[in-house]
Amino acid sequence: MIWGILASLAVPILGVFAAGSVGFVTAIVEVALAWTYWHGARTKNEALTNFALFGIVAVLILATGFSQSWNVAVLILNMGLISAIMALGVNLQWGFAGLFNVGVMGFVALGGLAVVLTSAAPVEGAWSAGGWRIVIALLAGAGTIVATVMVRQRMAAGRARNIATIAILVVGFFLYRGIFDPGVAAVEAINPALQGNLGGLNLPVLLAWPMGGLLAAGVAWLIGKTALGLRSDYLAIATLGIAEIIIAVMKNEDWLARGVKNVVGLDRPVPYEIDLQNSSTFINRAEGLGMDVATASSLFVKLNYSILFAVVLAIIFVMAQLALKSPWGRMMRAIRDNEVAAEAMGKDVTNRHLQIFVIGSAVCGIAGAMMTTLDGQLTPGTYNPLRYTFLIWVMVIVGGSGNNLGAVLGGFLIWFLWVQVEPMGLWLMEVITSGMAEDSGLKKHLIDSAAHMRLLTMGVILLLVLRFSPRGLIPEK
Amino acid sequence: MDFLNALVALSNFVIIPAIAYGSQLALGALGVTLIYGILRFSNFAHGDTMAFGAMIGVLVTWFLQSMGVSFGPLPTALLALPFAILGTMALVLITDRVVYRFYREQKAKPVILVIVSMGVMFIMNGLVRFIIGPNDQKFADGERFIISVREFKALTGLKEGLAIKTTQGITVVVAIIAVALLFWFLNRTRTGKSMRAYSDNEDLALLSGINPERVVMYTWLIVAALATTAGVLYGLDKSFKPFVYFQLLLPIFASAIVGGLGSPLGAIAGGFVIAFSEVTITYAWKKVLKYMLPESLEPSSLVQLLSTDYKFAVSFVILIVVLLFKPTGLFKGKSV
Repeated sequence: MIWGILASLAVPILGVFAAGSVGFVTAIVEVALAWTYWHGARTKNEALTNFALFGIVAVLILATGFSQSWNVAVLILNMGLISAIMALGVNLQWGFAGLFNVGVMGFVALGGLAVVLTSAAPVEGAWSAGGWRIVIALLAGAGTIVATVMVRQRMAAGRARNIATIAILVVGFFLYRGIFDPGVAAVEAINPALQGNLGGLNLPVLLAWPMGGLLAAGVAWLIGKTALGLRSDYLAIATLGIAEIIIAVMKNEDWLARGVKNVVGLDRPVPYEIDLQNSSTFINRAEGLGMDVATASSLFVKLNYSILFAVVLAIIFVMAQLALKSPWGRMMRAIRDNEVAAEAMGKDVTNRHLQIFVIGSAVCGIAGAMMTTLDGQLTPGTYNPLRYTFLIWVMVIVGGSGNNLGAVLGGFLIWFLWVQVEPMGLWLMEVITSGMAEDSGLKKHLIDSAAHMRLLTMGVILLLVLRFSPRGLIPEK
Repeated sequence: MDFLNALVALSNFVIIPAIAYGSQLALGALGVTLIYGILRFSNFAHGDTMAFGAMIGVLVTWFLQSMGVSFGPLPTALLALPFAILGTMALVLITDRVVYRFYREQKAKPVILVIVSMGVMFIMNGLVRFIIGPNDQKFADGERFIISVREFKALTGLKEGLAIKTTQGITVVVAIIAVALLFWFLNRTRTGKSMRAYSDNEDLALLSGINPERVVMYTWLIVAALATTAGVLYGLDKSFKPFVYFQLLLPIFASAIVGGLGSPLGAIAGGFVIAFSEVTITYAWKKVLKYMLPESLEPSSLVQLLSTDYKFAVSFVILIVVLLFKPTGLFKGKSV
């Protein structure tokens, strides 16, 4: 009820702002949609409320197109699609199974890494110079860990076992570094200004998306094996730490994907703007539509991405819906609601948790790969937990945890706000400071700081939803 | 073989920095552990509470500096500390009143409170960036060194130098005072005892007439004081940058969990365990080994086990190892 009133008040204001000149029409449509939502909520008509909610988001994005620029609008749409996929991944883990994973950033980054490893051209001579050496070193490292685990499982507890464990670890570590370091030095010495890494497999970039999922799934399996037995708080801290470690590895292991030197100019699954601008058919068509060729080409490229992303989102969404409604999904929710009871019914809680942790992380990895493809570059320095972990959580909670449709809605809505709160904040600050003197230091500070409004806003939205509508905009059935 | 020089080098690069860092972590972890013990959730906003406290410290320090007030050889920030603590106390009490109390009354599950603290984290993070900006801020002044490398060499005639920064000395002294006060409060005063009782057994404590809201209020006040002190000390020692405090969340939680969540003594032990492991594992041991080993065995490489960029990995691995072998931490913690 309160939420409905809040929404019906807030939405037209948003609409007016987002639209500017077409603000009036937008505001009317938004009021109508908000009323539809309210009406739907009162009569408990789910289809109506969902239609209204998605309609509100759609109109907001359209209004951005009319008032600001279509490029911005389609960019919001594209990142919204990716955010929706990430939110679906987190919703699988949290909404279905109650797993508290705050390491989303790590899996998103792994997806990005997969793009480089799959689609980039191999660096000439890197494999013969030291690539194989690195692989052997990594195998030696893995072998050390396996040997340690074996010793601990097979030998009887006691001093002999402890000494053996330490001996294996120490010898293994120096063996690993002994093989690893020269290999890395050799690879990183190859044309360091432009390359200095192993490069990728030169496969089509679309293949990198499932590869991103696979890479994230593999790492998630390793993590799940060690950390999933932990209590929820501990698991949260553990995943938080793992995400930081993944980013640290990607920043520092230059042989892998050039670290903070970034990999730019990644392959694209869509045509390049410059090719379109030189193609006579495209020019004719753009002129036929009465559009500027440069704008038309960049829009065309972005819309191609939108179609690809929408297809992926649709596939993942349908699969998540099927999973939710299947006996497997019911079992997951049973485990979430009462682990002890589920265990008593003979359900293997640990393995089911591992399963859904891997699946959810894979979905985040796919989304991460898509995002890196959209950016065309891998920049490990830009991964920040507030943006890539906690913002996704806000999407899930606001949208409605446990409900796939809710996660998708949250992805779009929160992403729209994340982008648009900045200009809104600036506008607000200008209104607030309009009465102040031109050279006032406070005025300058307030306007300069407007960019930080988005974090504040996200926090307020999260707290408001948790307080007044704890089950989210589209609650679980 | 030159034992003395090796010892000096070790103190200079490992022991002293680790003690200072460990004290900062311990103060942070004490706050986390108290919240966990009394309010029973992991407070994700703790790093940003520290940042907020430190920010007020920075602002008041700047104000004092502009007024020409100084603390002699000591940093002016120490004079600003009480004001910063008061400011943070106000903030956390308002947060508790506006945000957390509602869920306490609802008897919400701990994990919901963790998510709520995520929202508070966003707000505090935004607030700090809004007020002071995301950049590095310097606010340390006064004497830089208690003893500098040159003075030490002249004093002892050793080849290796030893430097103790004023901020390191102050960190340790202030941390000791803060911890002593905390333990005196918890063990000797009536309110402190009721806090411990509430933490040990909520129902029994309520039954014996302890007012829970009062206990919660005192907890927040203490946490605000600890977090601000930790934040200001860390900022003095390194520098003030809002995002760094957010990243401190991981080693702080690792300290609290390694020590055993809910156990104040454990938090201190955990802080030093994490700090010493981080520093020793990421330190290049060549310098120390050069003095310890005969010339023929002198290492050619840096003998650095992990590069400093992997310090998060260290706290994390220790966390996992401790949890696998002692699931409630070194000092028996609690679990909700």
